Amino acid sequence: MISGNADSPLLRAEGLTKHYGNTVGCEDVSLTLYEGEVLAVVGESGSGKSTLLSLLSTHLTPTRGRVLYRMRDGRERDVFDLTEAERRVLLRTDWGFVHQDARLGLRMNISAGGNVGERLMAVGWRHYGNIRQEAVDWLSRVEIAHDRIDHRPTTFSGGMRQRLQIAKNLVTQPRLIFMDEPTGGLDVSVQARLLDLMRGLVADLGLAAIIVTHDLAVARLLSHRIMVMRHGHVIEAGLTDQVLDDPHAPYTQLLVSSVLQV
Amino acid sequence: MMSTATVRYNFAFLDEQTKRMVRRAILKAIAVPGYQVPFASREMPMPYGWGTGGVQVTASVIGQTDVLKVIDQGADDTTNAVSIRQFFEKTAGVATTTSTADATVIQTRHRIPEAPLVSGQILVYQVPIPEPLRFLEPRETETRRMHALEEYGLMHVKLYEDIARHGHIAKTYAYPVKVDGRYVMDPSPTPKFDNPKMDRSPALQLFGAGREKRIYAIPPHTHVVSLDFDDHPFERTKFTEPCALCGATGVYLDEVLTDDRGGRMYVCSDSDFCERQRAAGFVGAEPDAGTPHLRRGTT
Repeated sequence: MISGNADSPLLRAEGLTKHYGNTVGCEDVSLTLYEGEVLAVVGESGSGKSTLLSLLSTHLTPTRGRVLYRMRDGRERDVFDLTEAERRVLLRTDWGFVHQDARLGLRMNISAGGNVGERLMAVGWRHYGNIRQEAVDWLSRVEIAHDRIDHRPTTFSGGMRQRLQIAKNLVTQPRLIFMDEPTGGLDVSVQARLLDLMRGLVADLGLAAIIVTHDLAVARLLSHRIMVMRHGHVIEAGLTDQVLDDPHAPYTQLLVSSVLQV
Repeated sequence: MMSTATVRYNFAFLDEQTKRMVRRAILKAIAVPGYQVPFASREMPMPYGWGTGGVQVTASVIGQTDVLKVIDQGADDTTNAVSIRQFFEKTAGVATTTSTADATVIQTRHRIPEAPLVSGQILVYQVPIPEPLRFLEPRETETRRMHALEEYGLMHVKLYEDIARHGHIAKTYAYPVKVDGRYVMDPSPTPKFDNPKMDRSPALQLFGAGREKRIYAIPPHTHVVSLDFDDHPFERTKFTEPCALCGATGVYLDEVLTDDRGGRMYVCSDSDFCERQRAAGFVGAEPDAGTPHLRRGTT
């Protein structure tokens, strides 16, 4: 599943630690992610997985540790050493962030087409016809009918909003996408459709992704590797199938066995 | 000062320290064209929305030998224009005029005069909302960061929405411009018809927002470009008929209801320009149809 510059990782985190006062958000987390690879971070609520995602995506600054990213020019940079301007360009071009709550990731009072086009206009697209064509293409890729292009996301169902959010993020062809519980709050059939879509997109585009979820089924379907977190620590990591089929840590065993088998 | 029997004001109402503070903000605004400079806006003896920002800027730049013209939507004879003109007559004792050519300082709400401005003139705009990104991004911290990093994609999202909904850019006033290739600026609620007049104008243009406590400026001869798309270029408002009073074309017209049976006429928004045209012998279709002050409303 590794493609392109396979020998050097796309993202590296070293000793990431975040303390909220005396509370530990996450402690000494290290990871590497290669291009085209999908990593799932699983754990129960409060295990530090969202903190980790916020650190990696620079929405939080770590107490200790660093995050290295290989930029498009091939140079590896510590994302916390980037200037504010560089960081924001990175966030809206080479990275994507899919929120659990689509309202955080979308502009609810702007049409679907405008939402998808925003990143294009931010990187200098100034031709309405081209922007609109690109928006139409992306909406169809996430299975939103093209006649909904001028509708606001407020008129969309939960699943559609989530798909629109994904289109909005992918339009600049990022290399890395962060997802925070992307299927949270959706009913199971909609979840299945979304997962199917995401699996296809990630494979087609060769995206690297870090997916935070408490749903082991999501991890199983989408990810190549998995990290299990508890109390801010990584307690087990490895290939997804390996970890889920043969969990070593007692907590992972508990987690895997507590999934209802239908 | 208040101990004398009659109330007397410092020249142009504001005290000298305040004027120095405002002038410092103005100088900074001129140095960084289009950038919104915060300033310690004072309470003025008029409500917000009536030009408190413009009045403070005018008070700070006006001198004893200046000649002041005040217009409201192009006209010299409406409430706002008349009261601000009287305010400076009373507090500064400066000469006032309705003639664009004779004025050295022109305070305006919503219009740029039809007569071309010349070097040495100062045009002071009254600004209600200085932040062009305000209705797209409510956080002031975020809009300032966007200006600092030149992140103006969102401004085009607004224009995109207009085209998607109306088939063309429907914004006809407060149409965003880019000043000197750097800052995106809201030209206050002037009609977009006037936007091209801002570009490389020989006059100094100052913008004062009293409630929002911001001053910004376009120095003379500065490049001002209206934002648009390659395939939907900026278009100046066009009028199909000439002014009914003076017959002028290519000027900004106001629609005036003349009766309660649907009668209407189009007349020059710039009252000084219209009067000069008629004095010079130009005649429109309905030259005797009322006086300019009949046509005003507020927006």
